[in-house]
Amino acid sequence: MSLWQSIPFACILLPLAAAALTAALPTRRARYVAGFVLLVQTVLSALLVARMASGNESYVYMMGHYPAPWGNEIRVGLLESVIGLFFSLVMTLSVLGGLFVLEQELLSDRHSLMSALLLLLSSALQAQVYTNDLFTAYVFVEIMTISAVGLIAAHDTGRGQVAAMRYMIMNLIGSALFLLSIILLYDLTGHLLMSPIHDSVGSLRGSGAYRLPLTVVVALMCGGLAIKSALWPFHTWVPDAYGTSTPAASAILSSLVSEGYVFLMVKLIWRMLGPETIVSTHVNDVILVFGIIGMISGSVGAIRQVNIKRLIAWSSVAQIGYMYMGIGLGTAAGLEAACFHILSHAAAKALLFLSANSLHAVSGSYRMEYIRGSGRRAPLAAAAFIVGALSLVGIPFTAGFASKWFFAQAGLAYGSLRMILVFAALVISTALNVVYFMGAIIRIFSPADDGLSRPDKRVGPLRYVALAGLAGLTVLLGCIPGQIMAWITEGLSRFG
Amino acid sequence: MTLFGIDFTNYVELAAMILFGIGLVLLLVDKNLIKKNIAFAMTDSAIYLFLAAKGYIFGRRAPIIENGITSAEAYINPIPAGLVLTGIVVSVACSAVMLALTVRLYRRYHSLDIDEIIALSQKERDQDGTGGNV
Repeated sequence: MSLWQSIPFACILLPLAAAALTAALPTRRARYVAGFVLLVQTVLSALLVARMASGNESYVYMMGHYPAPWGNEIRVGLLESVIGLFFSLVMTLSVLGGLFVLEQELLSDRHSLMSALLLLLSSALQAQVYTNDLFTAYVFVEIMTISAVGLIAAHDTGRGQVAAMRYMIMNLIGSALFLLSIILLYDLTGHLLMSPIHDSVGSLRGSGAYRLPLTVVVALMCGGLAIKSALWPFHTWVPDAYGTSTPAASAILSSLVSEGYVFLMVKLIWRMLGPETIVSTHVNDVILVFGIIGMISGSVGAIRQVNIKRLIAWSSVAQIGYMYMGIGLGTAAGLEAACFHILSHAAAKALLFLSANSLHAVSGSYRMEYIRGSGRRAPLAAAAFIVGALSLVGIPFTAGFASKWFFAQAGLAYGSLRMILVFAALVISTALNVVYFMGAIIRIFSPADDGLSRPDKRVGPLRYVALAGLAGLTVLLGCIPGQIMAWITEGLSRFG
Repeated sequence: MTLFGIDFTNYVELAAMILFGIGLVLLLVDKNLIKKNIAFAMTDSAIYLFLAAKGYIFGRRAPIIENGITSAEAYINPIPAGLVLTGIVVSVACSAVMLALTVRLYRRYHSLDIDEIIALSQKERDQDGTGGNV
């Protein structure tokens, strides 16, 4: 085993160790440590992707050198490394753009804890991407829940505290269902590692034994993760949680935490339960319907908003619906499109939340009447907002167009009721996206002659670096979707 | 015990699932935050009870070597017990966070009723525009 194979382990352990350290450091130093560790994590992940893309290998990293049925494993392939790189890149950019501008929003003694929470979250994300062990996945899901609650509650307002409480209750229910499904699966198969479970579930499916318990396992597992990633109808906590937290927190919560759970679900479906199990138990039909309703109701919810941050939060509900629609198709093409959408949504949503905060800095409020005209006061931030909005609407040469294209292709493979459903949902949702994002953009650029007093705060240059990075990522994904998709397809085919 | 023509032998699992159901419903519908905390503890404990019951094999002993018996047939599988211990640690951490949030909400609003707290928080003067019900 050579040294580079330890990169995923380092990506999990480094932020975990640094989180313990930063909690004890003074604010400034804690931030520098957090930024540095995240940067190192991104560089290491990039090296890993380069390595995995050049050869066609994937490997299993044994923790403590205990072999398969007993030990704990990390499994690394092309798909995991691409997603891991992307998560740490978006994380680094969001922290860069958000962590250094929140003096006014937090109590002064909480800053170093904020860095610690962000590092914990990053570690948990990486662990979910790479782990091959179900119970490890559960433990890191809980670590992610706790750090996300901390991020929401760090914003010292009453609404922030209430949002954190509601988020926590929904997430604990999701975790409880997920844990119950793990235990039932362990009882059925006798394994906790994903690869042996895959074989056992395959033979169970072949023999037709334990059909009902298997259906219960699939339903509980998908239901638990769906609650945690805010699939309709479990989305009620989203607008408050994303709408009240600090800029870095809402960017990370909406673009990484939910996506982490969705990727975990893709992984569990493809590598552990097998797509055939999901299809034969008809759980995928339920997911498909909920995803489609989510796409539409999230957009309808966004149209009703008069607050730009809550508008973006509602649009997350719709975007999560897209991903679940891809998973619900139950085919490789659907899962690939969902994986691509994880990437495109992560970049666009972080971009939107950070640029909305820059517009807030020159407007004094997130409400639309204050935001009016902010595009003239902060043109660069408004340009970044436009890039993000165009990507979610699905204009060519942005990431969102590519993911809608892939969803449509995945739907085409059916040529039946499902194809019509997918196409109708894509068309309606896109039309609704145009309505609310164009409405927001028009307000941002229309002249503000209403006599409202607005502050003229500046946001630091680091924010612009972060916005430029995320906008570049969105455009890059839109310009070379073929290459990224080839990696995803290749990674998914080597996943088993 | 025979119920509806089915032989029930797994009483413990049945009890665990009943407790799980009670906890889940309370966690969702009860308005009192302290009761929600209790319900969460109940839900997680029910899951661990279920896991421990599933891991037990009738007539075998705890996996600690006694009297020099080294045959694996004499003992139960230690992994479920290890999982229960790990799970307990996780849920203690979650309970602590949830109780801390409850304390902060109570200090701010002097109430434990979640509906009342939500109503009060929405009435608060909305300075940076993060609020607004719609």
